[in-house]
Amino acid sequence: MARTVDRRKFLWGTAMAAALPWAPAVAQSAPVRIGLLTVKTGPLAQGGIQMEQGITVFLKQKNNTLAGRKVELISADTGGNPAGAKTKAQELIERDHVDFVVGPLAAFELLAITDYIQQAKVPMMSLAAADDMTQRKPNPYFARASATSSQCNQPLGDYAAKEMKLKRMATISEDFAYGYEQCGGFQKVFEDNGGRIVKKLWTPIATPDYTPYLAQISDVDGVWNGFAGSNPIKFNQQYAELGLKPKYPVMGGWTAYDDALLKSFGDEAIGAISAAWYSSDLDTPSNKRFVEDMVRDYGNIPGGYAAGCYINGMCIEAALEKTGGKTEDKQKLIEALRAVSLTDSPRGAFRFDHLGNVVGNIFIRRIERKNGKLVNTILKTYPEVGQFFTYDEKQFLAQPVYSREFPPLKS
Amino acid sequence: MSLWLLLAVNSVTLGGLLFLLSAGFSLIFGLMRIPNLTHGSFFMLGAYLGTSFLALGLNLWLAALASAAAMAAIGGGIERLLLRRLGGQELAQVLVTLGLSFMIADFCLMQWGGDPIPIDTPAGLRGALPILIITFPTYRLVIVIIAVVVAAALWVMLERTRLGAMIRAGVDDAPMARVTGIRVSRLFTIVFCLGAALAGFAGVIGGPILSVYPGLDADMLPLALIVVILGGTGSLLGALLGSFIIGFLYNFGQALFPELAYIILFLPMLVILLIRPQGLFGRHAP
Repeated sequence: MARTVDRRKFLWGTAMAAALPWAPAVAQSAPVRIGLLTVKTGPLAQGGIQMEQGITVFLKQKNNTLAGRKVELISADTGGNPAGAKTKAQELIERDHVDFVVGPLAAFELLAITDYIQQAKVPMMSLAAADDMTQRKPNPYFARASATSSQCNQPLGDYAAKEMKLKRMATISEDFAYGYEQCGGFQKVFEDNGGRIVKKLWTPIATPDYTPYLAQISDVDGVWNGFAGSNPIKFNQQYAELGLKPKYPVMGGWTAYDDALLKSFGDEAIGAISAAWYSSDLDTPSNKRFVEDMVRDYGNIPGGYAAGCYINGMCIEAALEKTGGKTEDKQKLIEALRAVSLTDSPRGAFRFDHLGNVVGNIFIRRIERKNGKLVNTILKTYPEVGQFFTYDEKQFLAQPVYSREFPPLKS
Repeated sequence: MSLWLLLAVNSVTLGGLLFLLSAGFSLIFGLMRIPNLTHGSFFMLGAYLGTSFLALGLNLWLAALASAAAMAAIGGGIERLLLRRLGGQELAQVLVTLGLSFMIADFCLMQWGGDPIPIDTPAGLRGALPILIITFPTYRLVIVIIAVVVAAALWVMLERTRLGAMIRAGVDDAPMARVTGIRVSRLFTIVFCLGAALAGFAGVIGGPILSVYPGLDADMLPLALIVVILGGTGSLLGALLGSFIIGFLYNFGQALFPELAYIILFLPMLVILLIRPQGLFGRHAP
């Protein structure tokens, strides 16, 4: 059957073809699209839901308009696994044509999509902490406004050795990369300042009972832990139950004593010291606005997951202001994103280093009960902390990434 | 020395909790011939319901009993409305229980949120008791007592009552039991209610140690599976001994060979499956 083209069809087709070159101009007025890779189902959902709340609060404050352009948030649930992260990243980029990717949550999700993001050339801001994403295997389209796994724990090692004057410590952490990198950062700095790690314990991620591990802790000045998710609740309950709390002061990274966990903790957590890149009681104008709106909209004191995504939103706004709202040139967009330097954010002032990782405040806090509620009180602020802490970048990168074996346990 | 004693006492308490979890699982497995993959979800859902009962002002024990009652109703509903319709199709039944476990997990997330919820230890049991040269948390010892009481009650029920005799007959040979006039399908419902109730009860009782969080179901289900495969399906004694064996393996394995924690847990299961598939005390192979 022959296909005929009548005059109307011909004219219509020609007109459409003529309009094509103008399509980008049409797209310019289309909204900027932010794709959020988060986790809303399964065991990681707690952090994932807070991530979405954080960026939603930010966009609401900005009336969904950044640098004069409308913004659309497209949220995707990865299910908290690498395959899901890959599928959803492809959907966001190829179907929804997002201009930025915010997320994913977990390091193993991030590692599953980093090559793809690099090929697709879409600027990505993740809270996932895998050190090498901004160290030995950097991704040019990646920026991290939260922290590497070891970034908070390095100053904590300094604090434990110099201010708390602890000499011998045991560490306990989950048996996977996030645990190793946190522990390595703590051990390195603690030992470089005269301390000594005498026991390192690694627990499977799903550990119903920590007693077999805790029973091995003796003859130390303190215990460091690197737990995350819901494990800190279990760990601190059992730590107190076994009577270790009065004997050995306990401290940990930001996921172990995050502000969002405070409502789940009881008296057993009082006195715990932690190092975090965000603290909800920080007195800055933007943090006040952020906390107020989080409490109003969700009834929650925000922790790092919500704050991280809120701050990512601020970075995207600042980058768009630099490019005049343009998103077409991805190279310029990531350059603008990494050049962002803010003086007022919920975590205070911060900027990025040349590898795309944040340089900013690290807060040392202690859990206290005030007016009947548990709060993290800031004891000390380490300003302008980068991922290499006080070390020289070249020397730092020459050593292996922190792992189960590095730094080794000195016998 | 005190380390070993502490581990030994803790092995017994973990065994007690595992017994509460897996006794129902074992009976369901023995009678209905299916591993009920919702069992971990029953444990978690029971624990979550317990937190809601606690929030209403009930004490821990009443909350645990209320939660057990609610779980019995839910378990009975699942057996009557879903599994019953797939009678005889074991694979389909297992798949239904698997699907249900995902649905329950998402329901819990929707209903109780993603934040871990702690369950407080009852005020009177918060301290620690001195045992020889160690001090041990009182509450954990109470769990052992509860487990022993429940085990004794179940034993009396199974060995000394008419219902128990019928269940034993059903476990041994369901078609034959039917022929003699026992309504095996009703036994299925009863055992399923009982199993769900025990799991829910264990979830609340275990709360002060484990707390309640998304993923608790997936943490507990494999433990119930190993206990029952080790001890043998449909056997109360098997579940009891299996629980204590796993309690000891778990504690000493993780303390002595932390790198091999999972191997030490699962290796005995593999060996048992190979050389004695019916389990230590099981009446027939799964």
